[in-house]
Amino acid sequence: MANPSTSKEVAATQPVTAMSVIAPAIGWLIPGAGHLIQKRWIRGLLLMASIVIMFVIGLAMQGRVYRPNGGDILDILGFVGDVGAGGLYIVTRAMDLGQGAVAHATADYGTKYIIVAGLLNFISAADAYHIAIGKKP
Amino acid sequence: MNLQLSHFSSAVLFGLFASVVFGITQRSTSREQIRYGLYCFAMFVGGVFVAGWAMWLLRR
Repeated sequence: MANPSTSKEVAATQPVTAMSVIAPAIGWLIPGAGHLIQKRWIRGLLLMASIVIMFVIGLAMQGRVYRPNGGDILDILGFVGDVGAGGLYIVTRAMDLGQGAVAHATADYGTKYIIVAGLLNFISAADAYHIAIGKKP
Repeated sequence: MNLQLSHFSSAVLFGLFASVVFGITQRSTSREQIRYGLYCFAMFVGGVFVAGWAMWLLRR
């Protein structure tokens, strides 16, 4: 088990490199790209395929894409999850997709697919950051 | 485009994609990543069957 104080000391001594800023940012914008620019080709492609396919299937199932809102807490959280998909969310909003009413059960699955694709992309971007700072091989 | 999957196939696909991401991001070595991804996928699919049988019992 890692010693917390040692981990903090290690984190405090990590220099902020350009890659540690760029990798998570580009990884958020384009799923998997944070790994690809660090030459983790297979990991990057698998992450990209998983997140993009999940997002597209969500849209194909007539899932709903949340807009920025200040209403119900679940709607706000839905928006936060959707934004995690980065460029996919931006393109979807620009093309005005994902605005159908959720009329059947699989459409609700689609909404969840889109949210979870975004959340998984957040994890992926964090992983790209850990690779960039040398915490992970 | 209107894709309509069954509940089962939706849940299994969901588990597949989530397991790939979990496996890659939560473990360090390739071997551990594959093992953890498979473990997560088995848990997802197992959970689908458990939930399915639980709903069947509740419905009776």
